[in-house]
Amino acid sequence: MRKSPQPAALAVLVMVVAAVFAGPCAAEVKLAFIDPLSGGAASAGINAQKHFTYEIDKINAAGGLNGEKLSIVFYDNKVDPQESLIALKKALDDGALYVFQGNGSAVALALSDAIAKHNERNPGKEVLYFNYAAVDPALTNAKCTFWHFRFDSDADMKMAAAVNYIATQPQVKKVYLINQDYSFGKAVAAAARKMLAEKRPDIQIVGDELHPLQKVQDFSPYVAKIKASGADTVITGNWSNDMYLLFKAGKDAGLKVTWYTYYADALGAPTAIGRDGNGVVKVVTSYHTNAMPDLDPDVAAFKKRFTENLDEFNYYRLNTAFMMFTAAAAKAKSNDPVKIAKALEGMKLTTSVGEVEMRADNHQLLQPLFVATFTDGVKYDVEKTGLGFKTDVKINAKDTAMPTTCQMQRPNG
Amino acid sequence: MNPLTRSGPLTQWATQHRPWIAAAIVLIVLPHVPGLDGNFGRSLLSQMGIAAVFALSYNLLLGQTGLLSFGHAVYFGLGGYAGIHLMRAINEGLPIPMPLVPLAGAAAGLAFGILFGAVTTRRAGVVFALISLGVGELVFAAMRILQGFSGGEEGITANRGAGPHLLGLTLGPQLQVYYVVAFWALVAAALMAAFLRTPVGRMCNAVRDNPERAAFIGYDPVRVRFVVFSVAAMFAGLAGGLHALNYEIVAAEAVGAGRSGTVLLMAYIGGVHSFFGAVLGAVTITWLQVSLSDYTTAWQLYLGLFFMAMVLFAPGGLSGLLLMHRPIVRTRAFVGVLKTYAIAAIPAIVAVVGAIMLLEINYRRATQPDAGARMRLFWVDMDTATLWPWLAALALLAAGAFFFYRYRPRVAQAWQRASDEARAASDTPRAGAP
Amino acid sequence: MNPSPAGRGARVREASDAPSPHPPRRRAAASPSGRGDLKRELAPAMFEIVTFSLLNGVVYGLLLFMVSSGLTLIFSLMGVLNFAHASMFMLGAYFSYQIGKWIGFWPALVIAPLLVAVIGAAVERYGLRYVHKQGHVAEILFTFGLAYLIVEIVVMVWGRHPVENRVPAVIDFPAFVLFGTSYPAYKVLMMAISVGMFAFLYLAFRRTRLGLIIRAALTHPEMVGALGHDVPRIFVLVFAIGSALAGLAGVIGGFALLTEPSMAAALGPIVFVVVVVGGLGSITGAFIASMLIGIVQTFAVALDYSLLDLLRVLHVTLGRDSPFYEAAAVKIAQAAPLIPYLLLVVMLIVRPRGLLGRREA
Repeated sequence: MRKSPQPAALAVLVMVVAAVFAGPCAAEVKLAFIDPLSGGAASAGINAQKHFTYEIDKINAAGGLNGEKLSIVFYDNKVDPQESLIALKKALDDGALYVFQGNGSAVALALSDAIAKHNERNPGKEVLYFNYAAVDPALTNAKCTFWHFRFDSDADMKMAAAVNYIATQPQVKKVYLINQDYSFGKAVAAAARKMLAEKRPDIQIVGDELHPLQKVQDFSPYVAKIKASGADTVITGNWSNDMYLLFKAGKDAGLKVTWYTYYADALGAPTAIGRDGNGVVKVVTSYHTNAMPDLDPDVAAFKKRFTENLDEFNYYRLNTAFMMFTAAAAKAKSNDPVKIAKALEGMKLTTSVGEVEMRADNHQLLQPLFVATFTDGVKYDVEKTGLGFKTDVKINAKDTAMPTTCQMQRPNG
Repeated sequence: MNPLTRSGPLTQWATQHRPWIAAAIVLIVLPHVPGLDGNFGRSLLSQMGIAAVFALSYNLLLGQTGLLSFGHAVYFGLGGYAGIHLMRAINEGLPIPMPLVPLAGAAAGLAFGILFGAVTTRRAGVVFALISLGVGELVFAAMRILQGFSGGEEGITANRGAGPHLLGLTLGPQLQVYYVVAFWALVAAALMAAFLRTPVGRMCNAVRDNPERAAFIGYDPVRVRFVVFSVAAMFAGLAGGLHALNYEIVAAEAVGAGRSGTVLLMAYIGGVHSFFGAVLGAVTITWLQVSLSDYTTAWQLYLGLFFMAMVLFAPGGLSGLLLMHRPIVRTRAFVGVLKTYAIAAIPAIVAVVGAIMLLEINYRRATQPDAGARMRLFWVDMDTATLWPWLAALALLAAGAFFFYRYRPRVAQAWQRASDEARAASDTPRAGAP
Repeated sequence: MNPSPAGRGARVREASDAPSPHPPRRRAAASPSGRGDLKRELAPAMFEIVTFSLLNGVVYGLLLFMVSSGLTLIFSLMGVLNFAHASMFMLGAYFSYQIGKWIGFWPALVIAPLLVAVIGAAVERYGLRYVHKQGHVAEILFTFGLAYLIVEIVVMVWGRHPVENRVPAVIDFPAFVLFGTSYPAYKVLMMAISVGMFAFLYLAFRRTRLGLIIRAALTHPEMVGALGHDVPRIFVLVFAIGSALAGLAGVIGGFALLTEPSMAAALGPIVFVVVVVGGLGSITGAFIASMLIGIVQTFAVALDYSLLDLLRVLHVTLGRDSPFYEAAAVKIAQAAPLIPYLLLVVMLIVRPRGLLGRREA
């Protein structure tokens, strides 16, 4: 019953090899990217990876941050909170100062918590956490920390934008809510109920459905309920298969409603929805290629470099994030995380779609939001489907602000 | 025993338990080995320790009692939840030291093991496997829906540093956490080994091999299975409690099918027929999972191939492969066997390199088509749009496989010589035997 | 953004084919006095919901049978819990997508299942055969690893995203319209194929010599071998046929659902449930089980009631801070996709041989 010495030897070998591959450490600002690069959600992570490659190359070509080049290491977390914590430890050991993550609110909450604990236990070695896509409102409310900055509008802010638009549409009379049964889906449903009641109390909410996450293959019973309720509008936070299958079942059954979604512009969604979504699918987004008369120059450069069907600039807010990061480094005249964090708070910038602001009280980015329809006849299509997005209404950054319950503890000095 | 050389009781005990003492020493020394003494290295070791306890508990079920379970993570996860809730209570002021948290996990694991085991252990074999699958899915879904208890997808967090300090341990630094994990792992392994020496523990092998006969000699197979199941669940819960302590977060996926599948992989690849096989499997798979994805995005493919190879060619697992050599290790011809291994390794490695090249090229082209045709593999830049990388890979694979097959009889011969010698040695009467 | 100025408080009934029904009863709006009115208003809605649920349930049940019919054969005969069966289904979908792109749909309908059959035969002949002698656990693990590998190979060839497996234009039109909901023709085709599979298997089992041998091998495998039948060859044949059925199901399922790498893992567990609940060796059992699961699950989605409602009827109120509140508040509709697993566990505990099984696993 002896514990074999092999494991230790193996582990030692691994560490030596890893150390060899770690590479030289010149004066660099190290970034870490912790997102899925394999497994079911890999495509979103791989797409984001390209954004990072583009942005960092651009900054380094312009001289870097305060004279130091940026370097990034990509860690695959397979959208798992535990794997993310392991990746975080690797990143910290490798000397990363800024951690980027976006896919999955569960992961985001785990990382935010872990980084706060690390910073508390290791004063002088603080790291910052830049969240570019995890939209659970808790991250900038009950669970906010000084070290977390969110560069995407949260689920409540997006719902406010959608509801404000719906309020101007008199033909909307009956709304059906259908969401995935977990924290994000429930947050979407709760926000929809509350905000519709405030803005348009005459609208009847004829359904509030929660279905198990990524388990339903056949949405036709749900579609039957939607039909039976007489709804003319469906609001859903569903993403990936849950959205595609729901939409497909709706199309099969001849359901005639307008769909308000959060993720119809996510990677792969336009292809999956296809022509059947023409004119009836709407999305709340921070950018789409027809938002301005012409493409944002960064988006154009990106599309020149990455030319596959699925290479859309889906994370415009990463562009905003890096703009703010660079500006904060310039303002603080240093690349130290604590100084950059203080410089970021309250920062205002102008991007190609309008003014943005990083709130000091809860580290939530205020950015312009668009409610857009998936339709043909637009200048730029997405994913080579022939269809693209067209703005229905644009909401300015400061109008997206929501009250916060955040009470963050600030470091002194 | 010669009265003149009789040793004291302590020395006797130490000699008898040599492997355990060696293990304890290794565990104490490991986190200080250069290369493993960083934050990440110690986290990796902690993770391996937790996986080892989990895999050992699974070995009790599968290896010793023949119960294939697809839902063992249920007890791990529920133990984890018990642990994290206790940690939260301690954060609020409950005066229990953190290192005792895994006991809560064990208690929860035992309780749920008894609860679910009462109905699911009535049958063995495929029926049991399917029930475990169903129960696993149900508990997973329940955890997702009942967010008050489980925190749903996001899970529940706690702070392992905010509680009364036992022996001055704050559990802030990873080193301290590692020692707590190593302590409990050693205790758990010792207890499980001891369990296998009790009458019930001995009977579980019998129940695995021939339940009818076991019934005939008076042991109810159902009861034996039930007891072993509960004990295995208890230790899985202990592992879950350690997990809560190490990560300070437990989420719904802790009870999920993925985790159940992983522990099955660990136990099987390590070798179901031996105790230390579970540990070996846990360490190997943990390392593969954590580090392999740094080198290649096709790690899942490699894991799958590795698993298939084990199932087809080495059903005894890694430990089986090692133990296979036990009879011939002491022979002189063993050196010859090792030599043939070394020589056979060359074409084998060549073939494997060729196969890896093919897989990597294909994988890259399919999943990242825009990354371009240029890629860097084994320190060589290559343009996969041209023909030569493909030809090179195929050539390596073909040549390596061919020479390997040609050489195989030599390995068999060396083995034959060694086992002949081993048999001859055991046939010779030992000096002094009556 | 200002809310609409119009005082549109009153609901306006739009003209449509059917009278627009009262919305399904909301839990929050329940009040004892309104119960009578609710019943009257619910009647036309009830009828529609029942009809739709029945129809959708039957369609879904037939889809499940289509996928699991092959597994019934394999599991019944060889006792192999073939985790890779749903992977054959997935391969059928991908092959038909690829062949459809190159040649057309109708050839794909024939070629794809044949390809999958060949793969199935190879798996049995060159893989499973070596693992048989190591026992059931090793067999299960082999198919488990195989399922895993097939997913990775599919990703390697076709990528991670869902592929655009569109319904072929020739069957992409509404077959009939019921109460304002249309049912596409491909669903009718699916139902036809499923029923056809059932008929084929039933007749093959009962009327052919091979079926006789297979049924005998179910209960007396050694005897059948002793009588001189080439049992290993029968195994290969059975595996091939079972896989072909899965492949055929994949051709249709590929565009009824999404053709993407996780489609096998999505349907896999439910297929086991069907086979186990139906019982070993019984095609009819599998058919009944799949219809049962399909209809019950579909009806469950239409039920927005929870334990809380039941307690309310019994005049028991549960406070929000009670630890059981959350569990009691779960609606049946929320838990609908879990019903197959519940059924599996209950069936295995109460009656392990399944509904119409002839032998235990």
